[in-house]
Amino acid sequence: MRAQFVFSEVWIGLRRNLTMTVALIVVVAISLSLLGTGLLFVKQVDNTRTYWQSRVQLSVYLCTNGDPSSQCVKDGPATPAEIAQIRQDLTSDSEVTSVSFLSQSQAYQQFRQEFADNQSLVKLTPASMIPSSFEVKLKNAQADAAQVAAVIDGAPGVDQVVQDSTVLNRFYNLLDGARNAVVVIAIILLVAAILLVANTIRLSAFNRRRETSIMRLVGASNFYVQLPFLVEGMIAGLIGWLVATGLLVAVKSLWLNGLQQYFQFNVQLSTADLVEVIILAMIIGVLLCGTTSFLTLRRYLRV
Amino acid sequence: MVPSTSWPGPYILWSARDGPVIHLDNVTKTYPNQSRPALENVTLDVEKGEFVFLVGPSGSGKSTFLRLVLKEERPTEGRIFVAGRDLARLTNWKVPHLRRRIGCVFQDFRLLPAKNVYQNIAFALEVIGKPRRFIKKVVPEVIDLVGLEGKGDRMPDELSGGEQQRVAMARAFVNRPMILLADEPTGNIDPATSIGIMKVLDRINRTGTTVVMATHDAAIVDSMRKRVIELEYGKVVRDQSRGVYGQAY
Repeated sequence: MRAQFVFSEVWIGLRRNLTMTVALIVVVAISLSLLGTGLLFVKQVDNTRTYWQSRVQLSVYLCTNGDPSSQCVKDGPATPAEIAQIRQDLTSDSEVTSVSFLSQSQAYQQFRQEFADNQSLVKLTPASMIPSSFEVKLKNAQADAAQVAAVIDGAPGVDQVVQDSTVLNRFYNLLDGARNAVVVIAIILLVAAILLVANTIRLSAFNRRRETSIMRLVGASNFYVQLPFLVEGMIAGLIGWLVATGLLVAVKSLWLNGLQQYFQFNVQLSTADLVEVIILAMIIGVLLCGTTSFLTLRRYLRV
Repeated sequence: MVPSTSWPGPYILWSARDGPVIHLDNVTKTYPNQSRPALENVTLDVEKGEFVFLVGPSGSGKSTFLRLVLKEERPTEGRIFVAGRDLARLTNWKVPHLRRRIGCVFQDFRLLPAKNVYQNIAFALEVIGKPRRFIKKVVPEVIDLVGLEGKGDRMPDELSGGEQQRVAMARAFVNRPMILLADEPTGNIDPATSIGIMKVLDRINRTGTTVVMATHDAAIVDSMRKRVIELEYGKVVRDQSRGVYGQAY
């Protein structure tokens, strides 16, 4: 009885207020999907960070024939003795966990694979131009990279030492900026959604002022008077969330997955991550609509 | 005659305890931004089962009296007891329970235009959570009581003014209130039809419901010969049992 009555009232409210309801659903959907995208972005960046931190952190490139850097012009290409010395220096360093050597031919193979799409570049590049290198893993990449780099930089046969963190940081900054922009837009839209919810509920309360005045007159409890409006707001929030869920799945499968392939991250966001974000979006959406409706009603439907 | 402040509980019928159904103790009501009080030092009792006319010109405080009894307004001074309950000590969330004991009828009927007669009456029970079986039983009874047999599925705009007011009375009475407040119930209705309305109010009064009716209609007051309380500028200027509308003759 009660449930049927409440839902018929809710249905009347949503139908009479159709334009506002649609606007509300659209804004909730967009703000929630943007917020969800932001959260997916955060997860993606975090995953990428952990991925790279467990991999190479310092690359030591050795001199090759015809290398234009002043160090190499002076000493010529790295000799086997120099290479052995560098390996010795690196492995003896207490901050280094492992050292692996990538010979010129191995490096060339890797280069040809990575640039398989760009055959002209591959053809133009002789194997001798690709330097051999040491890839060094550190105990603590953030803290020790500069210190270890300083030790080995300038040693005979070393062309240059590249810290991955500096290269990656630039990339991270880019990602962080994009993420922040998305989150800020999402928050602005959520504020717009709150105002829209308040306005929709106010209009709905105004449309049904006859009913509510009679309800109060015959002694309906506040809860009973307010419940249809509350449910109305929450249903709009829920529909908005459903649309947002669709958008988020699309964003994940079309855009983020594409981004991953492009950057060769090898760090897929799992379905669990997506589900987590979607559930969070639902909680935010329904709570936001419900709370706003409730607070609006307290102002407009006094005893 | 000091009313007890204990409330028998919203669903317990009015006990045969002594004491007025409505008791105003030196009540003054001044609306914000108005210098003259709408009611001034009003003290009066309405006993259980009484039929009371509240007369007086517009602005004399009749509607304010009704609003105070419903706790739609609070008195500036003085105390109001309804069913032995001190309204000042009634918490906001208990006000709905008070209103379930009070039926209301207005000059403008206040029916829901999108609902038919039956649904309009049932609405009053639905919103206080009465079970459907109960509603199906009592709504037809009350439709018969107000003389609208067979018109349950009419829409309000298919009814005459008098019939619409009967629907409003049925809605006010369907929950068997202790008190029925009527604010100019015949104000929009021609004299001939008004007699029918008064018959229904009288019938409701005979079931033991206290009826308080604010009105301008001298002919009705004179013909009923019930208690008359006359207000002027917010003061009680006359309180007669078996009175008439004009000054006593």
